[in-house]
Amino acid sequence: VLHSQISSIEKQATTATGCPLLIRCKNFQIIQLVIPQERDCHDVYISLIRLARPVKYEELYCFSFNPKLDKEEREQGWKLVNLHEEYNRMGIPNNYWQISDVNRDYGVCDSYPTEVYVPKSATAHIIVGSSKFRSRRRFPALSYYCKDNNASICRSSQPLSGFSARCLEDEQMLQAIRKANPGSDFIYVVDTRPKLNAMANRAAGKGYENEDNYSNIKFQFIGIENIHVMRNSLQKMLEVCELKSPSMSDFLWGLENSGWLKHIKAIMDAGIFIAKAVAEEGVSVLVHCSDGWDRTAQVCSVASLLLDPYYRTMKGFMVLIEKDWVSFGHKFNHRYGNLDGDPKEISPVIDQFIECVWQLMEQFPCAFEFNERFLIHIQHHIYSCQFGNFLCNSQKERRELKIQERTYSLWAHMWKNRADYLNPLYRSDHSQTQGTLRPQMAPCNFLYKFWSGMYNRFEKGLHPRQSVTDYLMAVKEETQQLEEELEVLGEKLANLQKSQLTDNKVKSKQQDGSKRLGLSTSNNNLANTPQEYSNDLKSFPSRSPSQGDEEDSALILTQDNLKSSDPDLSANSDQESGVEDLSCRSPSGGGCLPSEDSGKDSDEAVFLAV
Amino acid sequence: MLRSSQPLTGPNRKRCREDEKLLGTVLDEGERGFIIDTRSAQAAKQARMTGGGTEPKSSYPQWRRLHRPLERGRPLQESFIKLVEACNDTSINMDRWLSRLESCRWLSHVKAALSTACLAAQCMDREEASVLVHGTEGTDTTLLVTALAQVILDPSCRTLVGFQGLLEREWIEAGHPFHLRCARSAYSHARLKQEAPLFLLFLDCVWQLSRQFPFSLEFSERLLLTLFDNAYASAYGTFLCNNEKERCLCKVKEKTHSLWAWLNQPGEKKKYLNPLYSHNALVIWPSVEPQSIQLWQGLFFRWIRSSQYLDEAWAEIQRLVEGN
Repeated sequence: VLHSQISSIEKQATTATGCPLLIRCKNFQIIQLVIPQERDCHDVYISLIRLARPVKYEELYCFSFNPKLDKEEREQGWKLVNLHEEYNRMGIPNNYWQISDVNRDYGVCDSYPTEVYVPKSATAHIIVGSSKFRSRRRFPALSYYCKDNNASICRSSQPLSGFSARCLEDEQMLQAIRKANPGSDFIYVVDTRPKLNAMANRAAGKGYENEDNYSNIKFQFIGIENIHVMRNSLQKMLEVCELKSPSMSDFLWGLENSGWLKHIKAIMDAGIFIAKAVAEEGVSVLVHCSDGWDRTAQVCSVASLLLDPYYRTMKGFMVLIEKDWVSFGHKFNHRYGNLDGDPKEISPVIDQFIECVWQLMEQFPCAFEFNERFLIHIQHHIYSCQFGNFLCNSQKERRELKIQERTYSLWAHMWKNRADYLNPLYRSDHSQTQGTLRPQMAPCNFLYKFWSGMYNRFEKGLHPRQSVTDYLMAVKEETQQLEEELEVLGEKLANLQKSQLTDNKVKSKQQDGSKRLGLSTSNNNLANTPQEYSNDLKSFPSRSPSQGDEEDSALILTQDNLKSSDPDLSANSDQESGVEDLSCRSPSGGGCLPSEDSGKDSDEAVFLAV
Repeated sequence: MLRSSQPLTGPNRKRCREDEKLLGTVLDEGERGFIIDTRSAQAAKQARMTGGGTEPKSSYPQWRRLHRPLERGRPLQESFIKLVEACNDTSINMDRWLSRLESCRWLSHVKAALSTACLAAQCMDREEASVLVHGTEGTDTTLLVTALAQVILDPSCRTLVGFQGLLEREWIEAGHPFHLRCARSAYSHARLKQEAPLFLLFLDCVWQLSRQFPFSLEFSERLLLTLFDNAYASAYGTFLCNNEKERCLCKVKEKTHSLWAWLNQPGEKKKYLNPLYSHNALVIWPSVEPQSIQLWQGLFFRWIRSSQYLDEAWAEIQRLVEGN
């Protein structure tokens, strides 16, 4: 367990066996260490606290992580995702949009990237003027452009309008955005905050756009709560997860009380609204919250995902995160606690976005090129600091620290292992994958499920013992191999038939390169153990040897890092089909996937980890 | 595993030598057995006042009684009705949905049923002890437990044919009063006294198993939905009447067609097969944690939301498996 994953450590009451330390991790793993001597326990506690709260960037793992790649490979890894290419793919620059270098030295906005995309009619003067009227100088800039109808999604922070302030350049900026879409005579301005919060901001000289001042805008509040509410919501939900043997009531009440799914739905609804405005109405949207780096990022990326199937591919998703989160200055350091900082800045913002994606995957199983594991591993690495992608609070800080020269890119690592992350049901030509995704907006409360794959990730007993994804991937691979084999044999046959006339000599037996996978999903490895269904049986001597200790499962940190939740199933197919061996390399070499989750071997107790 | 109805102990603690002897023959010398009573201890005790009761320890010394109250009758029907109402209520927002779901208690019933069935299975598989299951009449929660336990324990009950056999044995022949229980379903205002969705609860539990063990059941969700439909309204005689006696009197076998005969036709059958099925010889132990028990969307939202995307996913799974 990486120190960076440690969220909190609790010293629990001493028991007969020793002094327990409860370690809660940011990836939702919970570990209990029982240390015999109180003195040692205290030392460990103090040390872990210090290690989990690094003060300098250099303390982070990414600066010492060594996957044994050369400089060239490291560089190539960072080049895998290229935003310039991405905007080109969207069709920019064009008649309406251009790239601007006004922020080339971060002189206009230090949390924005050096390359921003703005309407053609937005001069540098307008941009600079607008930036002075926006919180943190985060002026309206392009997030997504829909070339089919010229509608766009732009993002910014809140205007410094107070009760009555105006800014000509800012108004011109919004007009420029409108003009960049000749198909519509107005734009939506979406404030993702609850109305009350936005109004309260006015007293502090900030606020929101007045429809009277900005010509041709339709203003809309969406009502997503702030980072503090979200932090508390997650906290409450995790408390529910920690309940011992909760009843259905306890669970449902607790989940509702946390408000978590309500918030997820709010983010999703905002994304749906924006996607609809762009795809169906052909109207451009300007999105902001307070500072334009949390809710704005969530909502813009959800909308983009709904609109454009490219973002539902593996590569596209990486690009999406680079675009709306990394380049636009989401404060990774503050939000996810890379370094020790203000606990009030911590909030599961990107976690919520990742969950929105999962919820969509559940509703549209064929629409995404990647699978649940992809999302879980990304979340894991946002906190792991093993790679440099999610460090610092802005592009400016990352460049100052020379992140790309001193660390490695997660995307390159995941790309190399992409076979693990594929969704076997995805087909780019499938109707579900093409065009805009249209989730039902109402009624649809029930469509939001509790993501036990993430929040109970390490509790083996909770998950289906058999991974359908891995099985189907293995089937797909085998079919492909058999088809290739068939082709080869077909050619051989043709050749033989030809040469049969002249020469009956049989060619040397072709080496059977492609081994059969012998897909058997059944048997020994699916043995699982019963949960604790009843206390009454304890008085009878249990004859089952496999009813392991509950304590054991808490200490088991799956070291194998095999890709699947049913290791034996895919392990066989991996070795036989020649897919890269995914087992963990030596610690110094790093290169491990995060410790894998559910459904390990038969003899372990199924019951929950602590 | 045995099933019965409650012993008629009555307020005067009557004994019945034959009954004691019958149960005695099940166990060898020194062996212990379990009685799983699907009523609460209190309810079971109260039953004595009306002539029923429980097996007293003194008369059945080798048997240990466990109480696992399972809901049945009116309260279960109410639970079902409330759930369907909640699912159809377009006005609830996310703020209230989960507590509304909770107040229906349906998922709690699913959890309780699965837990009890697992308990019975555990007694047999882990403790290697015999089990007697009964409630009051032995026609409702009793059958729920025994049938579910067999799906958990026995791989042959998880095949399409085996599952049909299980239904015939543990529900139809065992005398679950389908005619009374599956009368009007959730929308009727009639609120019949004898109506209760035990069979649906069973199907829901089986669906939970299929979700947790996607490779282990030979049949698909579609079969479960079809069974649900046919229990309430059917072109076939399989679920008619309340017991074998009535079916004989009504000459069901002479006058109607069997659902099984239709389902098992090669053309029909394939619609009900699970493309992921692979024989699993082992016992399947489900998790009964709340996170593991989900609302059966395929049934409860069947007419509310489109199943298009999920159907497409299954079609894709079918395609992948067949292509291989």
